[in-house]
Amino acid sequence: MMPKGKNNSSMFTRRGALSVLGAGAAATTAPGVFGYAQAQSSEPIKIGFQVHRTGIGAAYGRWYDRTTTAAVAKINDAGGINGRPIEIVAEDDGTDPKRGAEVIEKFATRHNCDIAFGTLFSHVVYGSSPRAGELKLPYFVVSEGHHVASGALNRYTLQPGITDVKSQVQAMAPYVADNLGKKVTMIFPDFAFGHDHRDFFSAAIEAQGGEVVAKIAIPPTETSFTKYFPKIPASTEVVYHVMVGPAVLTFVKEMGEFFGPSAPQIFGFIDSLEAVDITSPGLQFLEGSYFWEGFPRYAQPNQTEFDKAYRTAVGVDDNGASVSDSADVSTYAHMFGCWETLYIIKAGMEASGYQGPADRAKLIEAVEAMSDMPESHEHPQGLKKFNGKTHQTFGLQYISKVEGGRLNLVHTTSLEDGLYEDEVDYTTKSF
Amino acid sequence: MKREDWRPWALHGGLVATLALLYFVLPPYHAGVLPRVMVLSVYAMGYNILFGYTGLLSLGHAMFFSAGMYGLGLTIQHLDFTPAPAFLVGLIAATLLAAIVGALALRTVGVAFMIVTLMFAQSGFLAALYFGEYTRGDEGFAIQQADRVLWGVDLSNETNRFFAALILFAITLFTIAFVVRSAFGRALVAIRENEARAEMLGYNVTRLKLQAMILSGLIAGAGGAAYALLFGYAGATFASVQYSILPLLWVLLGGAGTTIGPFVGALFMFYLIDFSSEFTDAYLLVAGLALVLLTLFARAGIVGELRRRVWGWLP
Amino acid sequence: MDFGPYLILASIEGAVQAAVLALTAVGLSLVFGVMRVVNVAHGEFYMIGAVLAWWVSTSVGGHPAVGFIAALVLAPLVAGALAALCDFLILRRVDYDPESTIVATIGLLYIIQQTTLMTYGPDARPIEPPFNERIALPWVQYGENGLEWYYPWGFGTTTYKLFVIVAAILLLVGVWAVLARTRIGMILRASQLDPDMARAFGVNVDRVYALVFGAGAALAALAAVLIAPIQQAHYLMGGDPLLLSFIVVIIGGLGSVAGTVVAAVLIGMSDGVISMFFSPTLAKIIATMLVAFVLIFRPQGIFGKRVA
Repeated sequence: MMPKGKNNSSMFTRRGALSVLGAGAAATTAPGVFGYAQAQSSEPIKIGFQVHRTGIGAAYGRWYDRTTTAAVAKINDAGGINGRPIEIVAEDDGTDPKRGAEVIEKFATRHNCDIAFGTLFSHVVYGSSPRAGELKLPYFVVSEGHHVASGALNRYTLQPGITDVKSQVQAMAPYVADNLGKKVTMIFPDFAFGHDHRDFFSAAIEAQGGEVVAKIAIPPTETSFTKYFPKIPASTEVVYHVMVGPAVLTFVKEMGEFFGPSAPQIFGFIDSLEAVDITSPGLQFLEGSYFWEGFPRYAQPNQTEFDKAYRTAVGVDDNGASVSDSADVSTYAHMFGCWETLYIIKAGMEASGYQGPADRAKLIEAVEAMSDMPESHEHPQGLKKFNGKTHQTFGLQYISKVEGGRLNLVHTTSLEDGLYEDEVDYTTKSF
Repeated sequence: MKREDWRPWALHGGLVATLALLYFVLPPYHAGVLPRVMVLSVYAMGYNILFGYTGLLSLGHAMFFSAGMYGLGLTIQHLDFTPAPAFLVGLIAATLLAAIVGALALRTVGVAFMIVTLMFAQSGFLAALYFGEYTRGDEGFAIQQADRVLWGVDLSNETNRFFAALILFAITLFTIAFVVRSAFGRALVAIRENEARAEMLGYNVTRLKLQAMILSGLIAGAGGAAYALLFGYAGATFASVQYSILPLLWVLLGGAGTTIGPFVGALFMFYLIDFSSEFTDAYLLVAGLALVLLTLFARAGIVGELRRRVWGWLP
Repeated sequence: MDFGPYLILASIEGAVQAAVLALTAVGLSLVFGVMRVVNVAHGEFYMIGAVLAWWVSTSVGGHPAVGFIAALVLAPLVAGALAALCDFLILRRVDYDPESTIVATIGLLYIIQQTTLMTYGPDARPIEPPFNERIALPWVQYGENGLEWYYPWGFGTTTYKLFVIVAAILLLVGVWAVLARTRIGMILRASQLDPDMARAFGVNVDRVYALVFGAGAALAALAAVLIAPIQQAHYLMGGDPLLLSFIVVIIGGLGSVAGTVVAAVLIGMSDGVISMFFSPTLAKIIATMLVAFVLIFRPQGIFGKRVA
């Protein structure tokens, strides 16, 4: 392997050049360059919210937006962060990695945001994270991708509010093997998110004495799916499915029609049906099938006071839909991540005595120092353990069964089910 | 013999000098936006060779852009190449691909050419997903800061990035300015205006078109490789249809067959979306309306209209 | 699944795709053939069809069939009227210049998508089919008692899917009859062959163009209403049909309605059958390359006449 230069030399710096150019030129640019150096203690803390308002992430983005608004209102009502209110600066990234990086740039140098936050889709995280690192802008993603924990990103990118896909998938294997069957056929989209499911679940189910008998990768441009289902071997005991994108609903409906009454056990990730009503026409066959849920969409009989308060604050009814429109179903299994991340940012800023952008490194160190996060109003989804070295949080996962057109909780994983060995130690990397 | 007109050279030199100066004058945000626009307009300038000058409408240039991007990105990621040889691999990948696709696709004309290039690009996009083990498919991969040091210059640094982008932009702009005034460039325009007549005049039209395709692919690939190197990311999104349509839009907006049109178009489109997104979530609506209005009132594109109405000498 | 049932299943799926694709593509082909422009927003009119189908069927109430029939009538009318308006306001004013039309229709694509996102929202919504019985299909195997019937696992289709195939065939025959047997068809052909001559004979070519552009969009919307109960309505669903119909129109040979239909059947069916033998993404790559190579060796399309 060739040595890689750790050379940070530059031809000349912008500020250096400015001083050379003289006072006149400097004066015109000063507000942008130095304006945030001394933030007033009463000024709001600006959080750049990278939101998927258009593109394939739009259904998620809308609910990430609502959750964020609700959490910020709650935090501000309770006195804000260090006595300062939060101001959300939202920018649409079009669910596109190029625009994502541009939006990060905008947060850092145009809006002078303190931090950036809120991205879901992994490719946008990948596209944006290098820029956030260069601009030294703490970037709190709510993406459930394995990118952060895999070590592919940088010290400025963290995922403290939602469990990553590797942990989620791994935690499912014991329940699937013990209760549904050991011979699994996986159907997943043929891109990175699907490959993560394929690789992590295959390994996890083998550890449970099961096996994956077929792996069916569906190209993301596909709009009809029945022609792929005959590839499911007859020996299959469990069909494991996960799908994202504009054709999810078609996928689930066609799977139901394919099997008719003689279906094997079906286990899916709710990603296939986020923001979709489970009682929609064509989904009847889902009755009796199982879903991973990041957070149970339907209020359960043993609902915690935290879930109750969180639901009310965001405006979600007991069926997981908007209180103002029962047809407007939330992305309940993911959006709690925004709520919890904002509370973690608040805790981190308070622990580090955050004043302004000069304290960004201190903020990251404060978050890295966090570990146990007990179930609470700040963490309504449940107990979590944050790993400061890998910048990734680990939480409880839920498995629900469709019964009478409702998702009823049948299993809650333990924290240990989802733990795996560290793949990176970001704390050894420089700021 | 007519004396060489000095104005085009003054325009190009002036543009490059102004951009260099702007770096010190503009607020940081806009100084950070410009390198991105310059790199993307390199892509658009490559596209313009084929579309604006030769009259061939390709819907598949994302494959050349992403060939450059992956040529650089994959060799850095998996073979531990340093940026200079990796950039070269990116250029070679794009050039080779352009030669192969050109040799096949140029058997067709018009809409068939559009579809063939589109189909090749779509295959390229799917291949990037299919080989997800190396490319990480749509998610792509980040190129670490430490791997982006070219000859001791850290390209993730704001100043270095800006001037690296400017150098690439200037090289491309002057190359194209030179090419379009050369016999080769004039032959391409002759093909655009009337292919049958160009053939009758003794031009080897097939070879010229292939050469244009290769040059176009090479420059598009340089844009892609530079994007990955300067912004630290490579992913399959850049190989998708959408990114084949973008350079067409930029070129048409700025002015097809003008040297600075691609830059003006890319700049205009960026700020149109960026500004309107501050006032409304429906910035695509604004962009859509702007496109419609442009076709109604400035059909030759911004620079094209200027040339038509005011400055006839514009190159 | 055994090879036999699998092949039949893939063929039925392919036929449904082909049927809907043929309708959508004939719309594009009509516009291309008569007006010589590419409507990049064609897929968006398809999307509007599906979204309107959802909207109509949810607001009508009663038996799903009532909403479905209402959508079959309303969606193409609305989409067609909208397209005709676009033609009148924009395309006519750029004199159907091919490049300007591409940019203008890309603009329209953005406008329609964003408007749908703001009104209909980002969700995928299902539409209830008027009827939908699952039909399990039998197959033969050699068992203990010689040849015997059995019902392979997963081997079946639905009544609605069969209906879509039949309905599309009837609609296509209708389109063909209008083009080949009526005065309207004659005027269209005249406008296509020589607009100036048609004008000289008193044809209002502007009106013909608006009508054709509207009819093209209406066919796309109609196709979407048919497929929506099998699939869904989503504001980004227009991309794929646009690409596919574009391909089909070129492969079929420009302006040839018969060619378009044959190409739709070829593409729809081959997509299903190729997917049997390769991993799905590889099958897509092969199918895509196949299209490219067909055109490379027969640039005029299958039914097109070679231009000298």
